[in-house]
Amino acid sequence: MSTVQAREIRVLFFASLREAVETDTLSIDITGPVSLDELLARLKERLPPTAMTALTAENVRLAVNQTLINPPVMVQPGDEVAFLPPVTGG
Amino acid sequence: MDMNDEQLLRYSRQIMLPEVDVAGQEKLLEATVLIVGLGGLGSPAALYLATAGVGRLILCDHDRVDLSNLQRQIVHSQAGIGRLKVDSAADTLAGINPDITLERIPHRLEGDLLEQAVSRSTVVVDATDNFEVRFELNRACVRTRVPLVSAAAIRWEGQVALFDARDPESPCYRCLYAEGDDGALNCSENGVIAPLVGVIGTCQAMETIKLITGVGETLTGYVLYFDGKRMEWRRLRLPKDPNCPVCGD
Repeated sequence: MSTVQAREIRVLFFASLREAVETDTLSIDITGPVSLDELLARLKERLPPTAMTALTAENVRLAVNQTLINPPVMVQPGDEVAFLPPVTGG
Repeated sequence: MDMNDEQLLRYSRQIMLPEVDVAGQEKLLEATVLIVGLGGLGSPAALYLATAGVGRLILCDHDRVDLSNLQRQIVHSQAGIGRLKVDSAADTLAGINPDITLERIPHRLEGDLLEQAVSRSTVVVDATDNFEVRFELNRACVRTRVPLVSAAAIRWEGQVALFDARDPESPCYRCLYAEGDDGALNCSENGVIAPLVGVIGTCQAMETIKLITGVGETLTGYVLYFDGKRMEWRRLRLPKDPNCPVCGD
């Protein structure tokens, strides 16, 4: 992994969350491990309030490096963090 | 059990698969699958499980067929409007495969009746449309150690997961979602594109058949997310939550 990649967290938004956030991915520059709350604070600087409401809604799930996790959790430079919308219709 | 000539011919394309063979087909014919919900997901799931020769399908739905269902609930037809979904579905399935047994439960399964129906099933297919029933079904499957093939679909997106309570390492549905309000997430308020439920419900039938026959690797421990707008799949690992109130230690 190059130095450039290792200084950022790649944040992905899946399906309907992509539309709420109006983007697929964001890169957040960090120099060391940060908590999920700190990552959300960094996202808040980049995204409109409606996007933050969608991302913090009940049962939106987070995956770090393709594993669904329960906060609190620390994320590292080089990690991929994905936001996934809840789905229940059938 | 010994298959008759008609069964050997009916299921020949499946028996031809070396992983299935006669033994696999017999497992299907001896299996019982409870399908809860005969809507968008339950329609394709029931159709494929019936055609593939699952010997006994327990069909559960308290609802009746409505015109607004027919855009995606492909086991029902125009003539079925106003009929119980279990009757409408059973007629369609029996018309395609009279070789299988179809049980109908035209009311909501709760408490002991739910647990009885789950405990005599080889696999349970969750094709319901709300969190409340999903959590109840999950609890019953964990208690009775019956695998649960769970799926959901809305708008252009869906998800599929398999929770196998026979495996102590497997997560359950409650490890995926916290119990809460889901008022804003049904099809009547959000809409759903017709083939989405076909894609996702068919995945449920596939996982059910793999579970019964023991072929391949199941989705246990993963959640598969689908975005129809991009034809994009993401497979994410779901660890068991040690603090889960349903399956935790």
